[in-house]
Amino acid sequence: MTELLKLDGVGVRLGGRQILDDVRFEVRPGEFSGIIGPNGAGKTTLLRVILGLIPSAAGKITRPPTIGYVPQKLNIDPDVPLRARDVVSLGLDGHRIGFSFPSRKRRDLVEKALADVGAGDYASARVGELSGGQQQRVMVAHALISRPSLLLLDEPLANLDLAIEQEIVTVLAKLAREHEIAVMLSAHDMNPLINVMDRIIYVANGKVATGATDDVVTTEGLSELYGHHVDVLHVHGRVVVVAG
Amino acid sequence: MFTGLMANTWIAASVVAVIAGMTGYFAVLRGQTFAAHAIPNGAFAGAAGASLIGVNVIVGLAVVAVAGALGIGALGSKARHDVITALTLVLMLGLGAVFVSMSTQYAQETYSLLFGQVTGVSQGEVAPIAGLGLAAALAIGVAFRPLMLTSALPEVAEARGVSTRKVDLYFLLVMAVATSMTVPVVGALLMFSLMIGPAAAARSVTARPGVALALSVAIALAITWLSIALFYRTNWPLGFFVGTGGALFYLVGLGARRLAVPRSLTRS
Repeated sequence: MTELLKLDGVGVRLGGRQILDDVRFEVRPGEFSGIIGPNGAGKTTLLRVILGLIPSAAGKITRPPTIGYVPQKLNIDPDVPLRARDVVSLGLDGHRIGFSFPSRKRRDLVEKALADVGAGDYASARVGELSGGQQQRVMVAHALISRPSLLLLDEPLANLDLAIEQEIVTVLAKLAREHEIAVMLSAHDMNPLINVMDRIIYVANGKVATGATDDVVTTEGLSELYGHHVDVLHVHGRVVVVAG
Repeated sequence: MFTGLMANTWIAASVVAVIAGMTGYFAVLRGQTFAAHAIPNGAFAGAAGASLIGVNVIVGLAVVAVAGALGIGALGSKARHDVITALTLVLMLGLGAVFVSMSTQYAQETYSLLFGQVTGVSQGEVAPIAGLGLAAALAIGVAFRPLMLTSALPEVAEARGVSTRKVDLYFLLVMAVATSMTVPVVGALLMFSLMIGPAAAARSVTARPGVALALSVAIALAITWLSIALFYRTNWPLGFFVGTGGALFYLVGLGARRLAVPRSLTRS
């Protein structure tokens, strides 16, 4: 199978600092990849360079034609007159000029996208009044409606409680499996993703190690990546990385 | 109260209300109410300057309003947006003070630039006001979706190739055009009330973006018409009716929403 996204020796410099160096990996259709690493390691930079929002200083990126993007946090006041369905509708053609007229086809597409992520119940609620997990789902629906082959999510699990976290992961894994959408999300904790990840993209120290989780997350591998000794501990099926 | 000069008043004020309702809707949505305050109030310096050197007041307003919008848009991304907006306003007010002090015989005119001269709209002024109004409405219509997308989801807009900065600047320029047309009619201070009050009231009543926009325009028209009628009857300052009208509609909208939607239902 041919790859959807390919980074070949990509480097990023921002403000004279090397943020990412020699990043190389590929993502195939329907794959679930987790971009894992400590805060400040360059996860968001990696997402932004894939989106084309910041230029790469070195290397080559091959991208699919449509990429869906879900930012880390919505910043919408509770009284903004925008319902969940309006946000999803904007995903269809919000970047074009003019305005769109309501139609049955548009409504059906919006309903379907909301149903696919299990957000049908609050389609008519103001998006600013929804909880963090509900907003995540609405944003995933917003990204899905443009039929992307690759879906990028920036820290979608941050600030969610454990049960909601698991729900979002289940929704995303289902999308990857059933719709053949490659899902890539960044997270500082790999544990909620261990059972669904096809590939881990571990970012530390501006460098990236990638592969199956068990091959990448080892004491030797991560120590080399971090540039100092770390221990990888397995506790009741959970993985903990500890600086040594 | 609908004949002669007053007919011009009704037409011009209605155009102003429609434009204020539309631009105000997006100013509130985009969190640019401070710019909506700064541009009309700062632009009064342009009018004062124009009357000092004997140029058409609308030209003076347009030049300074556009310059202010460009200043806020260009510098606002580098530093904090509100600080740049404040400095632009302060600079323009400073210039306005100088121009007004140089032409003391125009005190009455200065007053009308701030508080409007709604009963003094001449036949010749109606056409340019309507033209500029149409231009501002078209400009908003053309950019409706990008305006919505960049207001609600700026990061996503960027990822989809819509520059939030450019849309910001575009909208500021639309506000500048709207300002140069509305300030001679309702005045700088009232233009601001007419932009914010109706838009804020509309969004507290409905969650539908299209309906909220239409409602914002409708409330702006209602306030304007009511204010002119009351002004005509009582001869109290027009600004009193426009200002209190906006606040009143907002409070009524807020109350209606509290009654209609218990908070426990909307937040889970």
